[in-house]
Amino acid sequence: MFSDPDVQQFIFGRLTWEAIPYHDPILLMTFVAVALGGIALLGAVTYFGKWGYLWNEWFTSVDHKKIGIMYGILAIVMLLRGFADAIMMLTQKAIAFGPNEGYLPPHHFDQVFTAHGVIMIFFFAMPLVTAVMNFVMPLQIGARDVAFPFLNNFSFWMTAGGAAITMLSLFVGEFARTGWLAYPPLSGAAYSPGVGVDYYIWGLQVAGVGTTLSGINLIATIVKMRAPGMTMMKLPVFTWTTLCTNILIVAAFPVLTATLTLLTLDRYVGTHFFTNDLGGNPMMYINLIWIWGHPEVYILILPAFGIFSEVVSTFCGKRLFGYASMVYATVVITILSYLVWLHHFFTMGSGASVNAFFGITTMIISIPTGAKIFNWLFTMYRGRIRYEVPMLWTIGFMVTFVIGGMTGVLLAVPPADFVLHNGLFLIAHFHNVIIGGVVFGLMAGINYWWPKAFGYKLDHFWGATSFWFWLTGFYFTFMPMYVLGLMGVTRRLNHFDDPSLQIWFMISTFGACLIALGIATFIIQMVVSFMRRHELRDVTGDPWQGRTLEWSTSSPPPDYNFAFTPVIHDLDAWWDMKRRGHSRPTEGYRPIHMPKNTSTGIFLSGLSTVLAFALIWYIWWLAAASFIGLLVVAIAHTFNYKRDFYIPAEEVMRSENRRNQALAAE
Amino acid sequence: MLLIIVPVIALTLIFARRYRADNKDAVYDPDWHHSTQLEVVIWTAPLLIIIALGAITWLATHTLDPYRPLTRIDGEQALPADAKHLDIQVVALDWKWLFFYPELGIASVNELAAPVDVPVSFKITSATVMNSFFIPALAGQVYAMAGMQTQLHAVINEEGVYNGFSANYSGSGFSRMNFAFHGMSQEGFDQWVAKVKREGKNLDRAAFMWLEKPSEQAPVQYFATVENGLYDAVLNMCVAPGKMCMSEMHHIDAMGGAGTESHENRERLQYDNHRAEHGDEASGATFPASGRPPRSGDVQPEGMKPDAVAPEANQPQSEPDAHQGHGVPGSPDTPAPAQLNDKPN
Repeated sequence: MFSDPDVQQFIFGRLTWEAIPYHDPILLMTFVAVALGGIALLGAVTYFGKWGYLWNEWFTSVDHKKIGIMYGILAIVMLLRGFADAIMMLTQKAIAFGPNEGYLPPHHFDQVFTAHGVIMIFFFAMPLVTAVMNFVMPLQIGARDVAFPFLNNFSFWMTAGGAAITMLSLFVGEFARTGWLAYPPLSGAAYSPGVGVDYYIWGLQVAGVGTTLSGINLIATIVKMRAPGMTMMKLPVFTWTTLCTNILIVAAFPVLTATLTLLTLDRYVGTHFFTNDLGGNPMMYINLIWIWGHPEVYILILPAFGIFSEVVSTFCGKRLFGYASMVYATVVITILSYLVWLHHFFTMGSGASVNAFFGITTMIISIPTGAKIFNWLFTMYRGRIRYEVPMLWTIGFMVTFVIGGMTGVLLAVPPADFVLHNGLFLIAHFHNVIIGGVVFGLMAGINYWWPKAFGYKLDHFWGATSFWFWLTGFYFTFMPMYVLGLMGVTRRLNHFDDPSLQIWFMISTFGACLIALGIATFIIQMVVSFMRRHELRDVTGDPWQGRTLEWSTSSPPPDYNFAFTPVIHDLDAWWDMKRRGHSRPTEGYRPIHMPKNTSTGIFLSGLSTVLAFALIWYIWWLAAASFIGLLVVAIAHTFNYKRDFYIPAEEVMRSENRRNQALAAE
Repeated sequence: MLLIIVPVIALTLIFARRYRADNKDAVYDPDWHHSTQLEVVIWTAPLLIIIALGAITWLATHTLDPYRPLTRIDGEQALPADAKHLDIQVVALDWKWLFFYPELGIASVNELAAPVDVPVSFKITSATVMNSFFIPALAGQVYAMAGMQTQLHAVINEEGVYNGFSANYSGSGFSRMNFAFHGMSQEGFDQWVAKVKREGKNLDRAAFMWLEKPSEQAPVQYFATVENGLYDAVLNMCVAPGKMCMSEMHHIDAMGGAGTESHENRERLQYDNHRAEHGDEASGATFPASGRPPRSGDVQPEGMKPDAVAPEANQPQSEPDAHQGHGVPGSPDTPAPAQLNDKPN
C-alpha cells in the first residue's frame, strides 16, 4: 500500500509488521487467548447493554470508593499477568540444566523477568495499595470524598494507561530486556536500541503521573478533611500509614520521573548522562533510581502495616497496644527510608566507611519495625482473638515477616552482601518481605474491608483455603531460594550447568504452583461469595465489631459516605461512639454538596497513552497530534464550571430511612 | 538476631493459641493498651542488638574491604612483609572474561589461574555494560564498569577448580558468562603459565577489537604475548583506532577544558555506539532491536547454544588482520587537535 519507504516511515515510524510476534508460538497463543477473552468481555457488556452504566457509574466516577474498587480490579488483572511471568521463569529454571536449554531463549526470558518485576511493583502492588488507601482512608477520617475528586479519577486512568502500555509490549514489539530497574549503560541506546526500554520508560512515566498526583491528593485529604475533633494523634493507624506513604510518594516519585527523563534524553536526543562515553556516568543513574527505589518499598509496606494494625485490634477486640509508639515508628521509618539507598550497591566500589554507614542506617530501620511487631504482639496479649480470614493473614504475616526482616539485616552487613548481592538469597529476602508483608497485608485488607465495599462478607472457607495455599506456597517457593543463594547462585540466569541445583528449583516451582492455587482459590472465593451474597449479607455495616469510623456508615456506604459529619472525641472513634450508646439521627438532614462526574480524566489518559505509543514507535505526527490534544482537553476542562451538585435533603432522608428500616428489621 | 526472632515467633504462636476467642479461661482486658516498662523494653532491646551489630559491621566492613590489601594468608598465618603478590587485570566483555597477567606478559579468556597462598590483587573493568566479577569460593563480588576500575584483594588457600561468573545481568549471553578459576600449586601455576606461553597467540589492539565482539560461551583462549599498555587502553576506552583516552580527556579537563574547540574531539570520545555502528548489537526478541530489517532466518537467535555442527556459529566470523592495527591513539603520531585552553588568564 505504501510502497515508498519514506512515506511508510513517516506514517508508521519504526512500526512494521515484524513487530507483531506471529513467529513466537507462546506469544501467539497468549494473544489469541487475550483477544478471545477481550472479545467475549466486550461482547457481554454490549449484549447486556451495560456500556452506559459502566461509563456513567464507574469510568467517569469521581467517587473515591468506586475509584478504589477500579484500582483493585486493575491490580488483580495485572497480578495474573505478573504471576504468569513468574511461573514461566521458574519452570524455565527448573528444566534448563546441562544439555536442556528449556523453552525460553534469553531474549524471551530476559523480557519475562523484567516484566515480572515491573508489573508486580508498579501495576500490582502499587494500584492495590492505592485501592485500599483510596477506599478506606476518607471513610476513616469521616470525609465525603478526597480533596480533589477529579484528580483522583485522572490518577486512576493514568495508572491504567501505564499498565496498558506495558501490556501492549507483549503483542506489539517487545519489552525491556534490562531487569526491572533498567540499569544503564545496558538500557542506553547503544546496548538496547529497540523499543523495549522505550515501552518501559513511557509505561512508568504515564503511570508515575497518576501515582504522584494521587499522593498529593491523599495528603491534602488527610491534612484538610478530617472530621472535627480528629487531631493527628487520634487518626486511625491506617490513616497515619497512608499519610506517611503518600509523603514518601510525593517526595520519591519525582526522582523516578527525573531519572527516567534523563534516560529518555540519552535515548532520544543523544545526551550522555548515563552512557559510558562522553562524560556519562551510569553510577549516577544507579544512585538516583535507588533514591526513589528504597522509599518505594516503604511506600508499599507502610499501608500494609496500617492494615495489620486495624485488623489486630479489631479481631482481638482490644485497643491497639502502644498507639503513640506505632505512630512514631511509622514516622521514623518514613525518614530513615531516605538514608539507606546505597545498600543496594555496596559492591559498586564505595569505600568501607560509606558502605558501613549505609549498612548501619539500614539496620537502624529494624528498630522501629521491631517495635511495631511487638505492638501487634502485645495487642494480642489479653485479647479475645476471633480467627476470621484477615486475622489468619495477620498471624501468617507476623511469623513470615520477621524471617524476612532477619535476612534483611543480614544483607545490610556489607561483607555478607558482597557474597549474597545479586543472588537468589536477595530474591528470597525481598519476596519474603513483599509477599509476607505487602501481599499478606493487602489480602487481609481485602477480606477485612470487602463487606464495607460490597455489603456482604467474603466466604470463610475459600478465604482460609487461599491463605493456607499462599502461606505454604510461599515457603516452598522461597526457602529453596535462600539455600541456593547461600550456595552462590545468582539471579536472572536462564540456564545452569550444575545438576545438583535442579532439585531446589523443582521444589521452588512446586511452591509456585501452590501459590497459583492460592490465587485461584482467592478468585473462587470472590465468585462464591458473590453467588452466596444474600447469605453473607451484612446489614449492620459493622460486621466485625469494628473500631474506626468506616464501620459507622452503611455497607456499601452511600455516595456521600456520612449523612452527618461525625464529631470525634477519642481514638477508635466508632468504638467510642458505640460505648457511649450512639444512636443514629433520624431527622435534620440537609442537602449535601458533591462533586460531579467527569470524563476528562479518561480522555487525558487515553491521549497520554497514544502519545506514549507514538513516542515509542517514533510516529512523530501522532505524538504531536496527541500532545496538542492533551493541551486542548486540559484547557477545555478548565472552562467546565458544572463541577458540583447538591444531593437534596429528601433524597438523603430516603436513603437513611431505608437503612434505619433495615437495621430495625435485624 | 535469633535472640529476637525466635521469641517473637514463639510468642506470636503462643498468644495466638492462648487468647483465641473460645478459650474462656484466658484473661480478657480490652482496655489495656499501654505499659511504659514494656515500651522501654521493645525499643531498647532491638536498639542494643543493633548497636552491637553496628559496631561489628563497622569493623568487619573495614577489615574485609575488597580494596584493602590482605594482611593474612588464611585464618592463622599473617602475611609476611616480603610476600610476593600476583597482579591480575580483569576485563568484562560481551559475554566472556579477559584476564591480563601484567607481570607475566600473558592473558587468557574465560580461564583464570592463581597459585595457592599467594595474595592476588585484581584490577577490574569492563569494555561493555556493567557486570559483576564473582568467584564465590574466592571472595565477594565487585562490579566491573567501563571507563572505571574497581579492586579486589583475595587469596586462594586450596587447590582446585572453582566456578567464576558475572553476577550482574548484562544482556542475552549473561547466563553463560562463566569461567573456571584454578587454584594451583606454585609448580602447577608455573606449568600453566608455560602452557599459555607455548599455545597462546598474540593479543594486540586488533585482536582485542575482534575479541570484544559479542559472543556467547566463548572457548578458553590463551595469549602468550600482550601488546604494551593494552589494559590501560581498555580501561580508558581507547583501544579502537583514533579514539581519545579517558585519561587524556581528564587531563584536558583538569587543565581547564578545551572550550569550544572540544567539539573537535567529540568523534574521538564516542565509545558506546561503536557496536551499533558495526551491527553487532543483540537482535530483538520479537523485533530486530535496531529497527533495521530483520536478519535472515538462517542466523541462530541470539543466546541460543551454538549447535554441534557449527560450533563457531556464534563466534565472530573472521580472524583479525594482523596488519590492520593502527597507531596508538593519543600517541605522538595522532595528536589531539587544539587541546588545552591556552588563553591567557
